Amino acid sequence: MAQRTINWFKYSSPASFYPLAGKLIPYFAALAVVLTAVGLYLGFFVAPTDYKQGEGYRIMFIHVPAAWMSMFIYLVMAVYAGMGLVFNTRLSSLMASALAPTGALFTFLALWTGSLWGKPMWGTWWVWDARLTSELILLFLYIGFMSLKAAIDDPRRAARASGLLAIIGAINVPIIYKSVEWWNTLHQGASITVSSGTSMEATMLTTLLVMSLAFWMYAIAVVLTRVRCEILEAERDTEWVAAELGKRR
Amino acid sequence: MNWGSAGDFFAMGGYAFYVWGSYGVTAWCLLVEVVLVLMRKRTITQRLGRRIRMRSEVNNEAQT
Repeated sequence: MAQRTINWFKYSSPASFYPLAGKLIPYFAALAVVLTAVGLYLGFFVAPTDYKQGEGYRIMFIHVPAAWMSMFIYLVMAVYAGMGLVFNTRLSSLMASALAPTGALFTFLALWTGSLWGKPMWGTWWVWDARLTSELILLFLYIGFMSLKAAIDDPRRAARASGLLAIIGAINVPIIYKSVEWWNTLHQGASITVSSGTSMEATMLTTLLVMSLAFWMYAIAVVLTRVRCEILEAERDTEWVAAELGKRR
Repeated sequence: MNWGSAGDFFAMGGYAFYVWGSYGVTAWCLLVEVVLVLMRKRTITQRLGRRIRMRSEVNNEAQT
């Protein structure tokens, strides 16, 4: 059987992932800039005024993508942490560390923009309802993950302890997602669902998707840059790092 | 087109504070994150580069 084997594990080694990430970053960064420009144009100049919420609803074009990112990044982080625990691959825990600050940032932005939307629409900056509270817990999980990792000196033990925290905390993500169905909350239900499609005007939906893609590309570019820093620090005594950094003076 | 004038645009139908507060802080946070991560990259490359050059000089002297 002449079967060409692709070594999928090749890029799980930091030494080969580092240059690959370096090559990919400019593309993701460029896509992020272009998609943001298109998204902002659509969001402010093409999408019509909402008949109920007036112009205030335009906050949704960053609130919803930020909230999606906050949850998705957490899941990706938990998967990497899990792979690190199970397979003991070096790159996994570095990826988890690189994802956490960006995830925390999007969680903060989801809360911040939600609050600025809530004041004029609900009449309050904050309520302790299920959706808002579970999203706040997500922010604390990110902060806890980063602090725990920073607090333990031995990198392997730090990765194991924080990885466990990341995996246990992942239970919060479906709780956030389903909170509007499970509890009677002030937060509205999802406007876009897998089962019943969307209840939104077409240009509004397009804008939301373009902005989500923009945030995606942004997150990938930033996380890849950060993981390269993590890789350099973790592998600083290796031959390949010496060769990599020694060549440019 | 949604806006009659630039003033209209910035007024956001009375939601200026909330809309610009959301977009402004989001843009600021994302820019700061980019700057921080690029600064971290520069610091690490410089520090490790110095370390590596120092070591190779020590090795060279030991050999002579």
